[in-house]
Amino acid sequence: MAKKTGIEVSLGISEAVKLADVDAIAAYPITPQTHIVEHLSELVADGELNAEFIPVESEHSAMSVCAGTAAAGARTYTATSSQGLALMNEILFIIPALRLPIVMTLANRALSGPISIWNDHSDLMSVRDTGWIAIFAENGQEAFDLTLQSFKIAEDHRVLLPISVNIDGFTLSHVIEPHEFLSQEEVNEFLPPYQPLVQLNPDKPVSMGMVGIPEIFFEAKKAQDVALIESKAVIKEVFKDFGDRFGRYYNVIESYRTEDAETLLLTMGSISETAMEAIDVMRDEQGRRVGLLRLRLWRPFPVDELREMVKGVKTLAVIDRAVSFGGTGGPVAGEIRSALYSTADRPYVASFIAGLGGRDVTVKDFMDMAALAEKMEAEGEIHEYKMIGVRE
Amino acid sequence: MDALNVYAAKLAPQQESLAPGHRACQGCAELLAVRLVAKTLGRDYIIANATGCLEIVTSSFPHSAWQVPWIHVAFENAAAVASGVEAGIKSLKKKGRYPVDRKITIVAQAGDGGTVDIGLQALSGALERGHDFIYICYDNEAYMNTGIQRSSSTPYGAATTTSPAGKESIGQVTMKKNVAEIAVAHDIPYVATASPSYPFDLMEKVRKAADMEGPAYIHVLAPCPTGWRMAPNLAVSIGRLAVETKVFPLYEVVNGEYRMTVQYKHHRPVKDYLKPQGRFRHLQEKEIEFIQQYVDASYEKLLKKIAMSEG
Repeated sequence: MAKKTGIEVSLGISEAVKLADVDAIAAYPITPQTHIVEHLSELVADGELNAEFIPVESEHSAMSVCAGTAAAGARTYTATSSQGLALMNEILFIIPALRLPIVMTLANRALSGPISIWNDHSDLMSVRDTGWIAIFAENGQEAFDLTLQSFKIAEDHRVLLPISVNIDGFTLSHVIEPHEFLSQEEVNEFLPPYQPLVQLNPDKPVSMGMVGIPEIFFEAKKAQDVALIESKAVIKEVFKDFGDRFGRYYNVIESYRTEDAETLLLTMGSISETAMEAIDVMRDEQGRRVGLLRLRLWRPFPVDELREMVKGVKTLAVIDRAVSFGGTGGPVAGEIRSALYSTADRPYVASFIAGLGGRDVTVKDFMDMAALAEKMEAEGEIHEYKMIGVRE
Repeated sequence: MDALNVYAAKLAPQQESLAPGHRACQGCAELLAVRLVAKTLGRDYIIANATGCLEIVTSSFPHSAWQVPWIHVAFENAAAVASGVEAGIKSLKKKGRYPVDRKITIVAQAGDGGTVDIGLQALSGALERGHDFIYICYDNEAYMNTGIQRSSSTPYGAATTTSPAGKESIGQVTMKKNVAEIAVAHDIPYVATASPSYPFDLMEKVRKAADMEGPAYIHVLAPCPTGWRMAPNLAVSIGRLAVETKVFPLYEVVNGEYRMTVQYKHHRPVKDYLKPQGRFRHLQEKEIEFIQQYVDASYEKLLKKIAMSEG
C-alpha cells in the first residue's frame, strides 16, 4: 500500500493543483479558503509551481481574470467561499457560456447575514443555476483526488465547462487527514497539459462573448444545457479511468450499507462521515435496515442513478445544509422530490434542514432524523421541511 | 510625433482590424477612435472589451467586426479580463505553449461608465498589479448604450436622461471625474488623453503605450452625436473644440513627467464648445461663466504639473 501522509486538507488540495501543473491562479483571500491560496502562492514563490499567481482586488476580478487566463488557453484554478462566491455571481454565469474549463475549490461557508465564517451549503445553493459542474468531497483524500480529476473532466473537449469542487469550510478544509498522494509522473500520464479548442491568439482570431440576439440566444442556452447534462458520461469515464489507474473509484452517488435498506439518509459533504457512524450504530446495535446515500455530483444532477438507487426504499430522509426561504423544501430535497415524482414506487421523501452556519450535526441527530422520517412515512405526514437542531 | 512619423493620412497603415459594417450610430467618434487604435496596432493585439456601445455594435452574433482576437465577459471587468489574458499568455510563453516570437499587445477597452464608475475598482487593481497592457477609455460622457444616463464622467451642466435640466436643476451638478489623474496616481509608465479629432496624436500615443512595458492608460474623448444632441457631422469638429477651449487638453504623462502634446497659443471661449451641443442648450450666461472659470482653473493646474516636469 502506498504511503499515507497526514496533512491539512487545504494543503492537500494545493498539492493536487501543483501536480496538475496549472498555468494561472487568480484568487482573493476569504475565510476559510485562505490556506489553499496561501500555500499555492508559496509554491509559486519557491519556484515549485511554474504558474502566474494573480493576487486580485476582489472575487469579481478573480473570476474575471480566470476568464482571461482560460480564454488565453491557460489551465486555470481559483478558490473561494461564501461572500466571495456571491461577489463572483455575475461572472459565474458567463464562464460556462464561454465554455471555459476553470477549476474552483469552494470551501463551503454560510452566506451573511448574520455574518458567519462557519460551514453550511448556502453559498453553493445560491449558484445552483449558473451552469457549473458541482462535485462534493467528503474527506481529504477525496478532495485531493477530485481536484485532479476535475481538470481532466473540465478540459475534455466534450465538456469544456467549469467545475466547483466543494469541501466543507473548517470541518474539512482545516483538518489534518491522511492523504495518499500521487507522483508527478502518475499525474502527468493521467492529466496531460490543457489543449484548448479555441484560444485568444492573433494567428487565428476569434470573437468570444458576442451579443446573443433573440434568434440565437435560446439555442446557445440549450447547447449549454446539453453540454452540462452530457458531461455526466465523461465524469463517470474519468472516475473509472482514475480508479483503474490508482485504485480509488468514485461514483456520482456513493452508497453506504444500503443493502436491503428500508430507510435511506441522503447527505452531501463531510457530515456524511458522521452519518456513516450513525448508520453503523443503527444497523449493528439496533438491527435497523437503514443506509446512506452520499450525493457526490450536485450538477449535473444524477437523476437516473438516484432513481435506480432508491428502488424499493420506503423512506428517504434528505438532509440539507441550506434553506430555500419560503420554499417547499431544502434545495436538495426539492430536487430529489422532483426527480422521483414521475416514478411509480417512489419513497416517502422527508426534508430536513440541519447544520446551518456551523451548527454541529451529531450521530444522535442522524438517528433521530431516521426515526422521525420513518414515523412521518408511517403516518403519511404532509410537510414541506423540518429544521433539526434549532432552538424554537 | 517621434514614434510613428505619420503626419498625413496617406502615411497611416492601410491595414484595418476593425471591419466596416458595424452598427454604430452615424457620426460616432468612438468608433472613429477605435479604428485609429486598430490601424496603429495592426493584427498583433488582443482585445478585452467591456459591455457597452462598442461591444454591441461590433459583435452581434454571427457578425463580428473584429479581425483580431476579442473577448467580452461583462461590464465592469475589462481590466481584470485583460490582466488575465496577459497573465495567461505570459505563463504559456514561459512553458513554450504559446508563440514566443512576437510581442502581442493586450488592450482593454471600455466606455466611461465601464471605466470611471462600475469598472474603476478592476481598473485600479490591474494598474496596481502592473500587467503589461493598455487600457483605453472611450469617454462619451454618459451611459449612451442604455439611453444617455449620467455617469461620473458627465460634465457639469450637461442634461442627460438621469440628470435632466429642470426648474430646480441645471442638469449634471457634479464635476467630471478625472480618471487620467487617478491612473497617474498609480505611478504607471504611461498615461495620456487623446481625441479622434487629432488622429496622429492619438495613434502616436497608442504606439507609445504599446511599446512600453507595464500598464498604460489612455483616456479618449469620444463625441457622441446621439447623446450630446448634435448633428452627426459635428463629431470631429466638436472634438477639436474640446481641445481648443481647454475643456479636454491633450497631454501625456511618461513615467510621471507631464507634457502637452497639442498646444494652442490662443484658446477659444468655452461657450464655443457648449453652444453646438443640445445637452448644454439650457445653460445661462452665469452658468457658462462658472464653467469657463472651472475649465481655466483645471487647465492652470495641468500647466503647473507640466511646468514642474520641465523644471
